[in-house]
Amino acid sequence: MAILRNRLTSRAATRLCVVACISVAASVGNGQTKNSCLDCHAALPDPLGVTQEKFSQDIHAQKGLTCVSCHGGDQASDEPDKAMSTKAGWKGKIERKQIPQLCGSCHSDPVLIRQFNPSLRTDQLAQYNTSVHGKRLAAGDTKVAVCTDCHSVHDVRAPSDPRSTVNPVNVANTCARCHADPNYMTEYSIPTDQFAKYSGSVHQQALMVRGDLSAPTCPTCHGNHGAAPPGVDKVQNVCSNCHAFQDQMYEKSTHKKAFQEASLPGCVVCHGNHGITYPTDAKLGTGPDAVCMRCHTPGDKCDQARAGLQASLIRLEQAIQNADQALGLAERSGMEVSEARLAQDQARDSLTKARVTIHSFRTDLVDQDVQAGLRTAAQNLRAGQEAMVERNRRRAGLGVSLVAIGMVLVGLRQYLKKIEG
Amino acid sequence: MLAALRHWLDDRFDWDDLTAPLRHKSVPVHRLSYWYFLGGITLFLFGIQVATGILLLLYYRPGANDAFESVQYIMTRVRYGWLIRSIHSWSANLMIFTAFAHMFSVLFLKAYRKPRELTWVSGVVLLFLAMGFGFSGYLLPWNTLAFFATKVGTEITGQIPIVGKPMMIFLRGGEEVTGATLTRFFGFHVAVLPGLATVLLLVHLLLVQRLGISVPPKLEVRWTANPSAKHEMRFFPNFLLREIMAWYVALGVLGALAAIFPWNLGVKADPFVPAPAGIKPEWYFLFMFQTLKLIPSKVWFIDGEVLGVIGFGLVGLLWSLLPFFENDQPSSTKRWISGLGVFAIAYVAGMSVYGHLAK
Repeated sequence: MAILRNRLTSRAATRLCVVACISVAASVGNGQTKNSCLDCHAALPDPLGVTQEKFSQDIHAQKGLTCVSCHGGDQASDEPDKAMSTKAGWKGKIERKQIPQLCGSCHSDPVLIRQFNPSLRTDQLAQYNTSVHGKRLAAGDTKVAVCTDCHSVHDVRAPSDPRSTVNPVNVANTCARCHADPNYMTEYSIPTDQFAKYSGSVHQQALMVRGDLSAPTCPTCHGNHGAAPPGVDKVQNVCSNCHAFQDQMYEKSTHKKAFQEASLPGCVVCHGNHGITYPTDAKLGTGPDAVCMRCHTPGDKCDQARAGLQASLIRLEQAIQNADQALGLAERSGMEVSEARLAQDQARDSLTKARVTIHSFRTDLVDQDVQAGLRTAAQNLRAGQEAMVERNRRRAGLGVSLVAIGMVLVGLRQYLKKIEG
Repeated sequence: MLAALRHWLDDRFDWDDLTAPLRHKSVPVHRLSYWYFLGGITLFLFGIQVATGILLLLYYRPGANDAFESVQYIMTRVRYGWLIRSIHSWSANLMIFTAFAHMFSVLFLKAYRKPRELTWVSGVVLLFLAMGFGFSGYLLPWNTLAFFATKVGTEITGQIPIVGKPMMIFLRGGEEVTGATLTRFFGFHVAVLPGLATVLLLVHLLLVQRLGISVPPKLEVRWTANPSAKHEMRFFPNFLLREIMAWYVALGVLGALAAIFPWNLGVKADPFVPAPAGIKPEWYFLFMFQTLKLIPSKVWFIDGEVLGVIGFGLVGLLWSLLPFFENDQPSSTKRWISGLGVFAIAYVAGMSVYGHLAK
């Protein structure tokens, strides 16, 4: 009997152990540990309210961090006094001034960050300290942006996530929350129309309409953690990150030196900054969109060069259009001109190249590209015209053939009449 | 000179005896006689296809890397290459059209009835072969439309139960439409199909020669009752000269189509780009394509497309065996066969127009 009882006890104990192990394994497997913070804060209104649903979206929560990782305290305790006791290391609400340091305590530690994401940079805090935001925060201005203003808090997402506030498609709106608010920005004496201008720019169109995620947004030119205006003499360096060929041409130009001497911000002088529109050849003209004549005097040597450059581009564009029309007409007539159609792309490339070479402000260099394009367009125009001549020749040949066929038919008819009496 | 040549041939091959059937052959003359020209016009267009096809072969290079460029070369560089290719393409379409017209004229004139059942069967099979010529030839320029039309067409073949998948792989030369498909289709187009078509065409012509030309049943009864009312013309030269006149007209139409609407080359096929919207087969497959599109995806427990393919297969088989459904009392069956012919024309034309207009 004793043996039997011992056996039962042993079996029951084994079962209990198994159930306990499964429970523990299940809770570990689910990644769920007790978090009493959310039990209360889920029911609180903003800004204290944080629901489990919201926090589960946070990349930190997904990597296993919890409330206590930033705020300290004891999340295992159900009693508020114990959970939020200074004895348990509770820090409470993090002061705005402390936020960069707190985030940097992990994000500046390469050894720690490597465990989660080896490719993530760890110089954000160092960069932030060099930014206008960082410097002003250090000077005691707590209105400036800290980490949580841009990345949000308790639902921080990876920048690659389209829902992230710092994803390329959202980041301009995030910056605009402060920089487009005239009341908030009153004391800083900087414009608040950047976002409005950017919203109509060629860069914004590329990003939002064409869906080109490599198109520039605010941090592309200003930096993100180290955000600061590029500075008059550094604008060219910023633009050249993407517009490399224009930069090479500008380097060769006389404007480079002239702008430097006049402390003019390079590219921005002609193209503007936040509200950059699609550059047309009208910029070289004398109309409302013209830029040259803002500085140059009508009739001077530079004005003559400007007129020559604009005339060259217009001539090439017109030549390409003429060739397109001739080839289109030939195609509608059923003629095979696909080779010339392909060559039209070369002419268009020459036009694009000439427009880039404009940044050298040298008529001889621009002329080289224009002449190459004109030659190609002329060949293509000739191909289209020859196709039309060939079409007319075919139709004339058809006419002659039909007359010959008609004569044969008449002859056969007459012969049949003759043999059939 | 000609008489001397004829005498020379007669001496050796008994030429007069050989050509006697031609001299004695006659063609019935009545108010519907002009329908007899359709078979001859189809034969003429087949001859055009053979001649222009051989000329195209001089420059055409089969293969995914060369086919499009070689056709482009024919169209732009080869002297009169544009004319040869355009005539080849237009003639192919006209030939299928006249073959359809010839078939329906035979149906409505009751020319398929005993003893000409096999002439009908060989003619219908020739029409199927002509459609095979069209399907295989369409891919040869290796342009985008041809590529995707072949992809869709061979996919439909793959729907046939049991043998469909192996047939599709056989046609494509693999799982996908590639350069191997092009080479294979080239082989079908210039060797397999011409061989089969030539043999069958000879059988068809021999049967026509052997059995003579049919006259409509009512006229046959009248002529049998009153042989003096029978009106015929000699095949050679009277009918043949008229046929040649029809061929000249066909040649004029072909020349005009080729000169005014040269056959488009399109854009080179790129297997990695998505299929263009609204891809459709050639007009003579359009009625089947549109029907398959309209069949629900599931009919009872059978896949809709499978049902459609089986249905068309059965209809094709029954159509080619149509003369055998007419019994010895033709009056009892002639109505439904004529009705079937009217329905078939209305269905093919209606579905083709619908398919052409549908997006």
